[in-house]
Amino acid sequence: MTGLFTSIAQCAQALRARQISAVELAREALRAAQTHADLNALISVDETGALAAAERADARLASGTWSSLSGIPFAHKDIFCTSGVRTTCASRMLADFVPPYDAGVVERLHDALAVSIGKANMDEFAMGSSNENSFFGAVKNPWDTARVPGGSSGGSAALVAAGVVPFATGTDTGGSIRQPAAFCGLTGLKPTYGRVSRWGMIAYASSLDCGGVLARSAEDCMHVLSAIAGHDPRDATSVARGVDNYADALRAPLQGLRIGVAREYFGAGIDAGVGATVQAALKQYEQLGATLVDISLPNAALAIPAYYVIAPAEASSNLARYDGVRYGHRCAHPTSLEDLYTRTRAEGFGAEVRRRILVGTYALSAGYYDAYYLRAQRVRRLIANDFVEAFKAVDLIAGPTTPTVAFKLGEKSADPLAMYAADVNTVAVNLAGLPAISIPAGFREGMPVGLQLIAPAFAEGALLAASHQFQLATDWHRRTPGGAA
Amino acid sequence: MSIDITTVRHIARLARIAIDDADVAPLAQELSRVLDLADELGAADIADVAPLAHPQGEALTWRADAVTENDRADAFLALAPDARAGLYLVPKVIE
Repeated sequence: MTGLFTSIAQCAQALRARQISAVELAREALRAAQTHADLNALISVDETGALAAAERADARLASGTWSSLSGIPFAHKDIFCTSGVRTTCASRMLADFVPPYDAGVVERLHDALAVSIGKANMDEFAMGSSNENSFFGAVKNPWDTARVPGGSSGGSAALVAAGVVPFATGTDTGGSIRQPAAFCGLTGLKPTYGRVSRWGMIAYASSLDCGGVLARSAEDCMHVLSAIAGHDPRDATSVARGVDNYADALRAPLQGLRIGVAREYFGAGIDAGVGATVQAALKQYEQLGATLVDISLPNAALAIPAYYVIAPAEASSNLARYDGVRYGHRCAHPTSLEDLYTRTRAEGFGAEVRRRILVGTYALSAGYYDAYYLRAQRVRRLIANDFVEAFKAVDLIAGPTTPTVAFKLGEKSADPLAMYAADVNTVAVNLAGLPAISIPAGFREGMPVGLQLIAPAFAEGALLAASHQFQLATDWHRRTPGGAA
Repeated sequence: MSIDITTVRHIARLARIAIDDADVAPLAQELSRVLDLADELGAADIADVAPLAHPQGEALTWRADAVTENDRADAFLALAPDARAGLYLVPKVIE
């Protein structure tokens, strides 16, 4: 721990009081990144860009105009296109890809004068739950370097947990923000589908992909969400709807809040210790004034099968663009156009990406479309309807974010289906397009446990408030691998 | 649903991914396991349930039919593995 990055608000206060400059903060973050290089959490470090951005922030701070993120160091998941800065998506396919434009999220944080120090490691094309599927190597969990940080936003989570930066961007297609947040003792927010622009965010499964943030606290997530939320006409699925004042929303009390405890989220496969830790946190919610309501999401068990049809199908379509012709990897000495395509794609994609492309190709192929993709889309509506029904009686839905605490490196990498099961409590949220957050709720055998809260569409404010009020009364989110901050 | 090696080769051809002969059989097993998982969807009663594509039920938005991008051909061609005279280069297709 550097000790500098306990919260965004604390950094901002120090900047405004001129106790530290943005350039000094950036240097501190770059130094911390080097100290923690063994975590393998960054694919690219952008020292020049960071210092230039910090100088810009210092100039603005001197002139008295700033946002809550001005001068705050952070890292982008390497899935967000950054103009002039290599963007790999952790794939050999894009190992040398330098985008000629910025993603919408990148523009927003740039405009807020936040200072990106580089690009965080991840599972290749965001496909994975352990960050072991990276062309640039696995990321380690700062709490126990023999364990995975979760995925796919594993580098983002490791950087924040290690105290290198106070926040990092992430993306969540089936749990890729919430699961690593849970594994690394962080607060991770996946907004409503369409709330954050997907422009320039390299596509995996377009109807599920969602940009968001990993930070220590709900308050920090609030600052970042306030900057990145909003309509972007360049993303046709972005929703044209005003953005709530999340800072105001944070103050909503827990009294009278009805939290639905979903039975299915404590079902088979959930480690008893994790379940008990989450139940204890929910008891605390009750003591703080919330009401717990036993609820059921009857189609929950169909979420994983539906996800592993829809996501690969969309991936097979999205990743068809990597053909070795226009950008990205190209195989050596192609003998024909067909040879160029097939060898380029065999060499450029890792095993899990190839597997998902093949599954998706099959699900979309002649004769199987109805049986797989169309059926999965219908089941998707059943799953979404479960939430609609549940939210008639409750304000939020709770359960463990993950079935277990962070597992060991290599433990599940040989068995794709065991890895898929790590997403059992998170994928339904993506299928329904809802906002959800994972917050630190305690420990199991020294490793952090995450509590997931799910809200109706566009109720990010309610999620942040319920998390913030809990964090005012508890200190799980302040625990760090090096002791309490 | 279990798939055989002929099907694996067919899918790989559709996906334009080269597969070594030695990898075909293990891949058939792996893909079969994923498809077994997908077959659990068969248990759902989906009669009269409409498919869901956009979670918020939004239609894709329209925009004016106007030029919004500058000509950046050079910037994009610079990313290509091989390009010349404003064109992407690939192996000869017609003998």
